[in-house]
Amino acid sequence: MNARVNAVRAGLSRGWTEFRLSFTNAQELFSGYLLMPAVFVVLAVILGGERMAGTDTSAGATTMAMGITMHMAILGLMTVAQVLGTEREDGTLLRARATPHGMLGYGVAKTGHVLGMSVVAVLLMLVPGTLLVDGFALRGLTGALTLLWVFLLAMLALAPIGAILGATLSNPRTGVGLLVIPVMGLVGISGVMFPITFMPGWVQSLAQVFPVYWIGLGVRASLLPADHVALELTGTWQLPQVAGVLTLWAVVGFAVAQWVLRRMARRESGSRVQAARERAMKRAY
Amino acid sequence: MSTDVQPTSRARAQASGSPQEAVLRVRDLRMSYGATEVLRGVDLTARRGEVIALLGPNGAGKTTTIEILEGFRRRSSGEVEVLGHDPERGDEAWRSRIGVVLQSWRDHGAWRVHELIQHFGRFHAPFSAPWRVRPHDTDALLETVGLTEHAHKRLRALSGGQRRRVDVALGIVGRPELLFLDEPTAGFDPVARREFHDLVHRLADEDDTTILLTTHDLDEAEKLADRILILAGGVIVADGSADQLSSLVARESEVTWSAGGRRHVHSTSAPARHVAELYAEHGEDVTDLRVTRPSLEDVYMAMVRRYESGDAESAAAEFVRGIR
Repeated sequence: MNARVNAVRAGLSRGWTEFRLSFTNAQELFSGYLLMPAVFVVLAVILGGERMAGTDTSAGATTMAMGITMHMAILGLMTVAQVLGTEREDGTLLRARATPHGMLGYGVAKTGHVLGMSVVAVLLMLVPGTLLVDGFALRGLTGALTLLWVFLLAMLALAPIGAILGATLSNPRTGVGLLVIPVMGLVGISGVMFPITFMPGWVQSLAQVFPVYWIGLGVRASLLPADHVALELTGTWQLPQVAGVLTLWAVVGFAVAQWVLRRMARRESGSRVQAARERAMKRAY
Repeated sequence: MSTDVQPTSRARAQASGSPQEAVLRVRDLRMSYGATEVLRGVDLTARRGEVIALLGPNGAGKTTTIEILEGFRRRSSGEVEVLGHDPERGDEAWRSRIGVVLQSWRDHGAWRVHELIQHFGRFHAPFSAPWRVRPHDTDALLETVGLTEHAHKRLRALSGGQRRRVDVALGIVGRPELLFLDEPTAGFDPVARREFHDLVHRLADEDDTTILLTTHDLDEAEKLADRILILAGGVIVADGSADQLSSLVARESEVTWSAGGRRHVHSTSAPARHVAELYAEHGEDVTDLRVTRPSLEDVYMAMVRRYESGDAESAAAEFVRGIR
């Protein structure tokens, strides 16, 4: 039996277990899965069929596209950072380290867990949105396929960034709370909430460096009517660029994350976990 | 367990007097954090199947030593060989031969006991060998650590002592040849502590596991360990069995008895003669007779006190001389 293959299998089953367990925790169920879909579906239903100026797009549909993009950003950046930060602090990672090929199994498990969670989270927006929101639907099979690859590339581009943040935050709880500010700032300038053309030129250029702008563009391409493209920066969906930029982020992010995670894992030890525990006790959690 | 697949069981090796292989060899181990030197030249050796207790005051470097041996921490200098490998370069096969009992806290809270042990056991399966089948069968292991009735509980529903047993089970699930325990019984009640001691003896005797544990509890060290090391000020200041160490500090034993409704205490270097004299004098009136030789605690206090008065090196030299 090959030890690596065996560890990958053990990791897959671990990922499945963790995915399954994520539905048994009321808090995780609420904040991880239900909160964002609830907020955006309700908002989209209220805004309903109002048309956006000069297009055939309903305000409900743009709200949903915004919600789905934001949800991906939160899952990929904040959820990943939080999971990693917490498991570094509570000793889960150290246990993996003390196990033969345990880090490999852990990595596989986390990827599976986060991917499964994100699929469910996006479906929880997509399905009720399609049923309840006026003018919101996947743009046919092409739209569905576009959304699928944009989603996968988005997670691949964002998760390494989230992992790096989780590995470097000294206190996972308050640290993740503080992350809300830059993450929301990035979402704000990336044309997710309103067209990026409202922004000054330098902000537009800045936003295009980061993956969130391109994720938003890809999501809108798959969910909004064709004439909505007129509101975009270049008047086209720029799908090849979406794929290119996200792939680049994924490749670079993965390389850097691997290095950062290795470094972090090397530093884990029983006494560090013990010290983290004592700090956490003082914070009275 | 069939004995002919285990050619070097501890009892046999001891009986035949054959040299036992050293599973742990440390020479002149040093560790500094910035300008602070925590370990200042630690030497230690452990043979197969030996149970060693590492004692010492807080901050003496016990945990640092263990973490270096586990491969979790980089040493500043010195030679370290654990199961034939340098822990800093130990591969995954080496990892599978080492057991580490970590202190769980709130990790895997939603997992069920059986599920978690089964999961971690899977990683060890590729490293199984005919003479050492890995991992342990989960049900048998749960029985061994006394968690059978809690097998399907979630970890977060367990008491502190039960969680600790999960930690132990996870530490030994891969049938390690060398097991590290950092303060294993902290927070145990007396019953749990007793059960844990039995488990350690079983591991060492039946499975030929070498065990290195740290503890604050002198009584525990005396009960469990074949050999006790006292670490103070970054060096090993004493090394020997509890009896050897005790014989070094004071030669006087304490004899207590009751006669005629009164309790008596007498210190003597010849307790047997004293008891004989007592019997000759009082006959059957002597009751509640007890002879206490100097305890490990006396040794420990003496050593640590000497170290704290800045006399560690000479104290250590004196002890080593005494033992050999």
